[in-house]
Amino acid sequence: MGILDKQFDDNIIIAKVDDLFNWARLSSLWQVGFGLACCAIEMMATSASHYDFDRFGVIPRPSPRQADIIIISGTVTFKMATRIKRLYEQMPDPKYVISMGSCSNCGGPYWEHGYHVLKGIDRVIPVDVYVPGCPPRPEALLEGLLKLQEKVRNESMVKKSA
Amino acid sequence: MKSAEEIFSLLKEKYNDGVMELVKQPVDPYITCDPLLINHISLFLMTHEELLFDNLMNLSGVDDANGKSAPVNGVNTIEGGTLSVYYHLESTKFRHKIVLRVSAPRENPEVESVTLVWHSADWHEREAFDLLGIQFLNHPDLRRILMPEDWEGGYPLRKDYANPEFYRGMKVPY
Repeated sequence: MGILDKQFDDNIIIAKVDDLFNWARLSSLWQVGFGLACCAIEMMATSASHYDFDRFGVIPRPSPRQADIIIISGTVTFKMATRIKRLYEQMPDPKYVISMGSCSNCGGPYWEHGYHVLKGIDRVIPVDVYVPGCPPRPEALLEGLLKLQEKVRNESMVKKSA
Repeated sequence: MKSAEEIFSLLKEKYNDGVMELVKQPVDPYITCDPLLINHISLFLMTHEELLFDNLMNLSGVDDANGKSAPVNGVNTIEGGTLSVYYHLESTKFRHKIVLRVSAPRENPEVESVTLVWHSADWHEREAFDLLGIQFLNHPDLRRILMPEDWEGGYPLRKDYANPEFYRGMKVPY
């Protein structure tokens, strides 16, 4: 970006508002500090020093009102689904959802006999990126985040991207 | 340390009607009891000075599925037969163990609560009630413990359980 080259000192940068906003958004996707099951352990590992989620601007926020993304990391029971819905509704726009792991994608191993498991979080809230795996490795979650950044990068203020 | 046979004969001496038989098997031989006398039998087992079963290691409900099964409107239902509760007991002083079993009819599964004898039975009994519908008489607080409080889909661990179509507007089946 040239920031490190001290080009800001006596220069003006001209950018499209769309691009500037998108760049700002995708570089600081704060996530709700929220985990559900074994996927949450992988998510925490992704946040830890070895994989370092923070280098993409992802830091956990304790309040949904200060967050941009929510990572549904684990098995969603019906009881929890109502709570997740409430968390999601408290987040300010623009907001994004990463569904992490088989359970929150489609019910996972509980798809047939899990009487208490919601068969996919997309039955309750809209999902932007699905990360497959059981649980997904940190690399897979990082890939999912990069996909989400790609999506944000192509957004426009006038029309919403697919 | 007492063997299962010795424990059984002590029980039989005291509760002739309430204790049925000793089922011998290599691991965990069990004694079948009357579900409406199990609280008295439990108290005896805990307080008897040669037994002192002070530790309820586990309490679990089981659907025996030994009734007549018949499809009603394409859904398999079981009529008759029993639901059972198993009590795994241990004496921390004498280091002996025993298993009790009570069976109650599926249509009206009433079992006396043992919470007054072992307080740890409280949540175990709530779980058996929640998932199998076993009614524990004289339980201090018999509410659902795992399923949502407004769940009306029935008892999920019964062998003839069928998923409801929706819960609070969320589709339940895959």
